[in-house]
Amino acid sequence: MNKLWTGFIALIIFNGCKSNNGGGTALPILGNKATVTKKVNGKAVTDTEYATIPAFKFVNQYGDTITQKSLDGKIYVADFFFTTCPSICPKMHANMLNVYKEFKADANFRIISHTIDPKYDTVPVLKRYADKLGITGNTWWLLHGEKGDTYKISKSYLQSVSEKNPKGEYIHDGFFILIDKQKRIRGSYEGTDPAEVTKLIADIKTLKAEPDQINFK
Amino acid sequence: MKLRIIGLIAGAVLILAASCQSEQEMEFARYYSAGSLVYQQHCQNCHGDKGQGLQILIPPLTDSVFLKNNKTKLACFVKNGLEGKITINGRVFDDQMQGDDLSPLEIAKVLTYIANSYGNKLGTITLQQVQNDLKTCE
Repeated sequence: MNKLWTGFIALIIFNGCKSNNGGGTALPILGNKATVTKKVNGKAVTDTEYATIPAFKFVNQYGDTITQKSLDGKIYVADFFFTTCPSICPKMHANMLNVYKEFKADANFRIISHTIDPKYDTVPVLKRYADKLGITGNTWWLLHGEKGDTYKISKSYLQSVSEKNPKGEYIHDGFFILIDKQKRIRGSYEGTDPAEVTKLIADIKTLKAEPDQINFK
Repeated sequence: MKLRIIGLIAGAVLILAASCQSEQEMEFARYYSAGSLVYQQHCQNCHGDKGQGLQILIPPLTDSVFLKNNKTKLACFVKNGLEGKITINGRVFDDQMQGDDLSPLEIAKVLTYIANSYGNKLGTITLQQVQNDLKTCE
């Protein structure tokens, strides 16, 4: 009987710790947050709303239209690049390949790479780049779109991209941004740093295990 | 006492050996170490920290036979870039590499570094050689 009690108490403590600890092992939610008061059943309820990635429409390397709906129910990583980038992009995508290899079997995971040079990086150019990078299937989409649309959505990912400078170079951040199923920003990682990308892979596993992600419909 | 003498002799031999390092070897050492810095700044982002390249987008720098066969063209590749098909380690690459406007001395140093790293062993690529090779760029 005593044993049963001990077990019972242990269970309560364990569960208590787990719910308290939810924040301990969970990833932070980044981006702006706003306190909103809504009326639910006639009662005013105050809630915190986090910034989410807004609606978008781009085309991937297969010529398929990709919108925010294509990423519903998926955890994904986003970055910005261009195929002729002589500086940081090859390093970023060498590291991103590790993320791709780790999660390519997961149907609820995606990588999206937005080109910031849509004039040169047409859909066939993106397909060729994907082939040479050795990526197949639908895990990793290379997205083409209007320059204005890409530059606008980069701000939602807290990224800065800009037009060519006088030397003819595009200046852009090299971060990998982790987005959860609720389309909130959960992490930002320096894509050129292998150690940061290793952390990203670990964080994706942590995120996948969060109840909010498992139970998301 | 005996040990001391042996130690002294060993030390003397070591100093002699070090000073015997020829001018050429010292030049190689200077070029190589300076070249590794040029590599980090101008090449490593694409060709990788071990010269491994990236899939079939960016060729590795580990094909000693290619480097040897194209030894006199390497300076032009660095300065003016490279396009068209090349076969490296049996795989075909045909993307464009942009040139990098390095000085002839920097080119000599970085080529010495690359040509003697990642399994390559081509010896020093001198400033004189780079200056000659640059005259023949297409």
